[in-house]
Amino acid sequence: MLTILFDGIAYGMLLFVIACGLAVTLGLMNFVNLAHGAFAMLGGYCAYVLVNVYGVPFFASLPVAFMFAAMIGLLAERTLYVHFYNRSHLEQVLFTIGLVFMTSAVVDYFLGSQQRFINLPAYLQGRFDFFGVGIGKYRLLIILVCALILIVLQLILGYTRFGSRLRAAVDDQRIARGLGINVNWVFALTFAVGCGLAGLGGALGAEILSLEPHFPLKFMIYFLIVVSVGGTSSITGPFLASILLGIGDVAGKYYAPRYGGFVIYTIMIVVLVLRPQGLFARGTSK
Amino acid sequence: MNTGNTVQDSVTALKKKRAWHWLEYVFWLAAAASVFLLPSQHALLTQIAIWSLFALSLDLLLGYAGIVSLGHAAYFGFGAYVAALFAINFTGEPITGLIVAGIAAGLLGLATSLLVLRGTDLTRLMVTLGIALVMYEIANQMSWLTGGADGLTGMPVNPVLGIFPIYFRPANSYAYVLIVCFVLFFVAKRIVHSPFGYSLRAIKGNPLRASSIGIPNNLRLIAVYTIAASYAGIAGALLAQTTPVVSLTYIDFQRSADVLLMLIIGGTGYLYGGVVGSALFLVAQKFIGNITPQYWEFWIGFALVVIALFARDRGVFSIFERILGALRNDKAKP
Repeated sequence: MLTILFDGIAYGMLLFVIACGLAVTLGLMNFVNLAHGAFAMLGGYCAYVLVNVYGVPFFASLPVAFMFAAMIGLLAERTLYVHFYNRSHLEQVLFTIGLVFMTSAVVDYFLGSQQRFINLPAYLQGRFDFFGVGIGKYRLLIILVCALILIVLQLILGYTRFGSRLRAAVDDQRIARGLGINVNWVFALTFAVGCGLAGLGGALGAEILSLEPHFPLKFMIYFLIVVSVGGTSSITGPFLASILLGIGDVAGKYYAPRYGGFVIYTIMIVVLVLRPQGLFARGTSK
Repeated sequence: MNTGNTVQDSVTALKKKRAWHWLEYVFWLAAAASVFLLPSQHALLTQIAIWSLFALSLDLLLGYAGIVSLGHAAYFGFGAYVAALFAINFTGEPITGLIVAGIAAGLLGLATSLLVLRGTDLTRLMVTLGIALVMYEIANQMSWLTGGADGLTGMPVNPVLGIFPIYFRPANSYAYVLIVCFVLFFVAKRIVHSPFGYSLRAIKGNPLRASSIGIPNNLRLIAVYTIAASYAGIAGALLAQTTPVVSLTYIDFQRSADVLLMLIIGGTGYLYGGVVGSALFLVAQKFIGNITPQYWEFWIGFALVVIALFARDRGVFSIFERILGALRNDKAKP
């Protein structure tokens, strides 16, 4: 029972790390980015190639995965995404689905369609008992890393100059521009960091999330759920939503494997219908 | 100039728009001729016709009412399953099956429209996607009824109205699909050029103004959503009747995405966008799919990105227009 809770939290933490970048693009920049999972997949494959083909240590591959996804994210933002900021949601949807299809096919072409596993170092395998609760070492690592990321993110958003610029740009773009903040650059950087975090999450969670070319489509709905249920007014909303989703999903798969997906989608619809602003949002949007 | 004249003028203008364009006559005559002239391509043509009908139903939503849907396959698949189950349990007469499937899918659309019509574009996207996913899960889990992942087989297809056999007769079944499509296109054309159709476009243009001139926005949107769902259900039933198995692919995300892509390729808001789009899409799929079956996905993605970048609501035509425009500019410069 507690083990399920633990696994669920690990899963939820992963979802959060991947989806928090999406919370910014979707919620703050009002951009429907269905391709967010593609960046997570790229990070995952980057780590896979490094660890399994070149024998790089697992921990060393994580920052590389982050940088790789972030660079590609920045490149995509500056060359492609930037044309779509003022377009309709439909055009954004078409464009990002197109990106997803293309990345899936490219990954399929170079790395094959089967599921890939990253060779974990021996000290991350297995589990130990902690007061009767079985704790997987790998999942413990995920929780620790993700918690660290969460704290760092909170500190950056709350206490740095960049954080206050981002919050200003999000609250009111026009006034932020008027105050001399380079909103485009703030958004581009945020987008890149969001993609980087997605890549890091993808690398970290390759074992749990099953890395294969159709990863972005499979998890697209999960990331969207996290963002739409959690709302976008803070980091805590998506965080709570992803923990809930993680626990719900793991528990659902464990106790009622036949109805797991069904329950989650239904809950999502109900939440969206009752509270279009998100479960934890504080009221009005712009 | 008095007001009577202007009203008269606009009425004549509207009537003119409602009348059939000569290209439409040409198109339908060509379609009828293809039954006799292209016997080797009937399988492909049947696919094109069915996808066109499906895309038409999405066009009613997207092109006329401005409702974005990422889960339109929910109604397509539901119609297909209903038609198959009806044929297995009651009668295999195709027209009855179509009507039942249309009514059932319409009722599902009516019920779900209440969920879809709240909130913004983004919420609608998520909710339609969610509905399709739930329908997929239901079809997957109720395997005692739907066959689950194995699909539903053994559906009897009797002669149409008891006299016109279509089972395993490609020419006849293509003719049957074409006639159904023609009737439904005819009805759709009447719908979009009725006052109802114009009120939809008003809502799409500006919901606030539409409601302040007295259009009951929500009722109109519910109505068009129901009609579109019903159309999608009939398209699904047609596919079920012309292919031997109804499976989960009838209802999956790929189908919702494909139909959206076809409609966008062809352009929204003039009913025939789906025909152009599905014809281009399926023919391209046949050719590119023959060369690199695995990486067809890449080219769909590429097409989507290019269309999203350059085309607005006229699909491929706006790309042609842009190229033409660019050529003209080049000529004008020196």
